[in-house]
Amino acid sequence: MKTVRIIGRNIRDAFKGVFRNFSLSFASISCITITLIVVAISMVLSENVNNFTLLVERDVTIVAFIDNEADEDKIEEIKDQISVIDNVDKYEFKSKQAITEEMRDSSDVFDSIMKNWTDEENPIQNTYQVKVIDINKIKNVADEIKKIDGITVVKYGEGMVEQLIATFEFIHKICIGAVVALILVTAFLISNTIKITISSRQREIGIMRLIGASNINIRIPFIIEGLVLGLLGSIIPVIITIYGYTELYNKFGGHLFSNFIKLIKPVPFVYTTSSILVLVGILVGMFGSWRAVKKHLKI
Amino acid sequence: MDLIKLTNVKKTYRTGVTAIQGLNLTIAKGDFVFIIGSTGCGKSTLIKMLYREEKPTAGQIVVGGIDVGKLRNGKVYKLRRKIGVVFQDYKLLPKSTVYENVAFALEIFGLPKDEIHAKVIKVLELVGLKSKIKNYPAQLSGGEQQRVAIARAIVNGPKLLICDEPTGNLDPETSMEIMKVLEEINKLGTTIIMVTHDINIVKQMNKRVIVLDAGRVLKDYEKGTYKHENS
Repeated sequence: MKTVRIIGRNIRDAFKGVFRNFSLSFASISCITITLIVVAISMVLSENVNNFTLLVERDVTIVAFIDNEADEDKIEEIKDQISVIDNVDKYEFKSKQAITEEMRDSSDVFDSIMKNWTDEENPIQNTYQVKVIDINKIKNVADEIKKIDGITVVKYGEGMVEQLIATFEFIHKICIGAVVALILVTAFLISNTIKITISSRQREIGIMRLIGASNINIRIPFIIEGLVLGLLGSIIPVIITIYGYTELYNKFGGHLFSNFIKLIKPVPFVYTTSSILVLVGILVGMFGSWRAVKKHLKI
Repeated sequence: MDLIKLTNVKKTYRTGVTAIQGLNLTIAKGDFVFIIGSTGCGKSTLIKMLYREEKPTAGQIVVGGIDVGKLRNGKVYKLRRKIGVVFQDYKLLPKSTVYENVAFALEIFGLPKDEIHAKVIKVLELVGLKSKIKNYPAQLSGGEQQRVAIARAIVNGPKLLICDEPTGNLDPETSMEIMKVLEEINKLGTTIIMVTHDINIVKQMNKRVIVLDAGRVLKDYEKGTYKHENS
């Protein structure tokens, strides 16, 4: 009961502290708000790039073209050889007839040219479509498949895929680095802003010490005040994340630049991002206060 | 019974200045003691050591059974809860009302609201400020502000009240009003140690007087003897 009363009073005092020292609190809140907005943008960017990399990785397929001379036994033999290659996830046989059908469906021009071809005339080859586990080692798998007798050509968008993935991984890493750096910088900025707030309240701390407040008694109201500052500072970034991202998603119809780049669906993405922002704001505010008040506790 | 006992206390600051040396002193429970002396005689250092703002360099200080010199920083609050301190500059929270300034001392201990209210009203009645509970410090006179500071210092029911020049900023009439309040508190059983420069107050109050000089006790006048010997 006593603890509940103390916590209740601390929360009340924290709000009082925020409003009674409004100009300095406002400085801390603005500092948290601005950095959390940048953190939010970095997070949205980072997660979308990550998501896009995953989509690309999932879509990348090695197409192994089979010699048209190969009979059914040969095709079976090739399948057995592909199945034992390291890093192969899935493989699927796609006959030249199936490919021809797909091509004819996709374009009227193809349709008009191909409809008169007989099986013998059809130059399209049977294929194995192979998916790999680790996209970074796709070249090794392609090289192995190429060695198999009866395979004429192997294609997977070599060069382009590796470069694309490497670029996205790089952007993703930079975004994560930026988020971490921003959080650290914010923590210290807030800590310093709160330090000024607390220095202006040194008298209060001195009086608390004189009347027998323990270090915890003194620290807790300030830490809760940091929590309140963090909470208030994350309101605008959360609103921007929820409404801004949803608006952006709807405006672009879920795709960026082309149908190839898919954006992450707003729900539940904006809510998890917002929760992280609030948590970061609170923790950074509390840490800032804790660090700032520490200095004043030496007797 | 002794509330305070100092044995061979020495205090040398980092600057090399020795403020107190070879000080031996006992103060009994319920006593009212003035500490006087010229500027730099060690008065302030002595009382700062009593509430552990400063640590003695050598010797032993026991206040209410606590060995002050051995008290770790994190445990100082245990001593402070037994002591009330009043300063010349009042040290009130300017943005809090009279009531809040006094209640502040009880709230950090988690007392129930009703109990805090009863104690604060009682103590403000004792210092004669019950009618001003909603005022802010800036709306009060110097004497009234000092009475708020006294109320805050005693609301916890401390065994010892340390007053560091509490009348330093006040006119003689207001100073005597404050002294009457302190005497009332003393009658209720609280030991009072007061540092002052105001010899008139010392003479009028007729209490025990300790004269410090160069960090030592120059003279210790029993109750009622100072006025007689210095008139």
